[in-house]
Amino acid sequence: MMPVFIVADNILSPIGNTTADNFERLTQNISGVKQHAAGNKSDVPFYASLFEDDHQFFDNAARYTKFEQLLIASISDALKNSGIDCTDNKTVLIISTTKGNISMLETDADDPALNQRIALPTSAKLVAEKFGFVNQPLIVSHACISGLVALITGLRLLQTGQYQNAVVVGADVITRFVLSGFQSFQAISAGPCKPFDADRDGINLGEGAGTVILSSNPKYTHNIKLAGGSVSNDANHISGPSKTGEELFYAIDTALKAAGITPDAIDFISAHGTATVYNDEMEAKAINLAGMQNIPVNSLKGYYGHTLGASGLIEAIIAIHSLKQNTIIPTRGFNQLGVTQPLHVANHLQQIPLSNCLKTASGFGGCNAAIVLSK
Amino acid sequence: MAATQHITAHCIIGNNVVYSNGKAVFENKAADAGAFLLSVYQFLEVKYPKFYKMDNLCKLGLLASEVLLNGSGISERYKENEIGIVLTNSNSSLDADIKYFDQAKTAASPALFVYTLPNIVIGEISIKNKFKGENGFFVFEQFDAAFVEQYVAYLLNNNILQACICGWVDLLKDDYQAVLYLVEQQENQGSVPFTVENINKIYLSAR
Repeated sequence: MMPVFIVADNILSPIGNTTADNFERLTQNISGVKQHAAGNKSDVPFYASLFEDDHQFFDNAARYTKFEQLLIASISDALKNSGIDCTDNKTVLIISTTKGNISMLETDADDPALNQRIALPTSAKLVAEKFGFVNQPLIVSHACISGLVALITGLRLLQTGQYQNAVVVGADVITRFVLSGFQSFQAISAGPCKPFDADRDGINLGEGAGTVILSSNPKYTHNIKLAGGSVSNDANHISGPSKTGEELFYAIDTALKAAGITPDAIDFISAHGTATVYNDEMEAKAINLAGMQNIPVNSLKGYYGHTLGASGLIEAIIAIHSLKQNTIIPTRGFNQLGVTQPLHVANHLQQIPLSNCLKTASGFGGCNAAIVLSK
Repeated sequence: MAATQHITAHCIIGNNVVYSNGKAVFENKAADAGAFLLSVYQFLEVKYPKFYKMDNLCKLGLLASEVLLNGSGISERYKENEIGIVLTNSNSSLDADIKYFDQAKTAASPALFVYTLPNIVIGEISIKNKFKGENGFFVFEQFDAAFVEQYVAYLLNNNILQACICGWVDLLKDDYQAVLYLVEQQENQGSVPFTVENINKIYLSAR
């Protein structure tokens, strides 16, 4: 299968506007998660990683919604000095999101014009026009695995030869709509989240955007590779994860085979690690089924919260730079193992030679995804 | 390149009519989408109580998949990991989003919130049929047969799947349309090659 390389990337989050800034903040144990007072988004105080209300993403941004501003600002930075031409017919834009412009339901009257403005293809068109993409953008909306599905889709479209480059971007905005939903599920942690910990009690939500530029151009042959990816479904429950972890294991196993490597070649795992009781337990089971329980695993939710449609991308980008810098980021919020299976949760900043990373995610609808990133 | 996969069944639900492989099998001029979908459920004798909990988008997708898969025997012929689902639409989960948010003004309901993601329809079809293979939900302004052909052909050509349920499931208020295809490596009696032309021909017959 044709190899696909990472050309450039960006993370735009409350702790930094570039990947370099973000990576540095993580090595300094700086988190975007903090307590927010009750107000427009929630009737009660809550912990989340949010942009300041007056954050300017770029000049003259007012014609775009906040969701679109996040996409545009992240793509702009990733494109800088990348040498990728958006107007080339061999370049495609792929957008990942769960809720896009849904906050407009909170402020605008329900009518056909509003429905049209909320529609994801409207945002995709505006963003594509801004950069001059000539191909129709693709939009992935697949719950919390959207970012990984977008990367896997980019990988596949490049492997078919239809495109040579893919600009894969994801973003989500935290609004009353989203927060009230997770609150109704009793899924929001009372404090900063604690992935895989014995005292974990739920998620923090987070805002952010991430962009990965993929290319099959052999001139990038020395770059990090997106070596394989796979998606599976639990076929068990729409809002609760598998009881056995077998289906996430299946996605992991298939992604490893697609990458042509065995589990022992993986140097670290970037897990979904939402810090809900059931997600982390299911992931621990899947990792054990894969025989990977001794491999360091981290979750970045303690720094970013759960950034929904951006999370797969943001976390994959940190994994890419972990490989480049031979540095494993610790799991902020983790103290004492709280899953029933053995797991090597990374709990301190570690400098060791790294060649291959497994990144996983799972979400509502029983979906699971895994990708392999390789030097 | 000649198609190496085959559309072995297709189903259309739209404008108050259900079509199975091109033949109208049910019609009901019900006043709204919810009443129409309930009448299809009763007609098909699905007997699946979870249906009543679903939002209308999931009801539409599930019913279309029931018609599509009726008699196909794919669960017997393939392993659970070999059967996948790739769906597209234009309104994402907006119908459920509006209902959830209206309700949330008084009390947010987790039972409604879970449907505010379009891929839940894939989850519901997967649960009903124990399908565990590849999933993907993509949003387009209009049905894009070329994308569906390319993505699903990739999954089958690379032996990631042996069978894929794919197509369009869109619903907003009382406007709804489902066009589903069952795509397999093996042809059967009545199957047509899985080409952009044939995908579009079936899709356009829904108009």
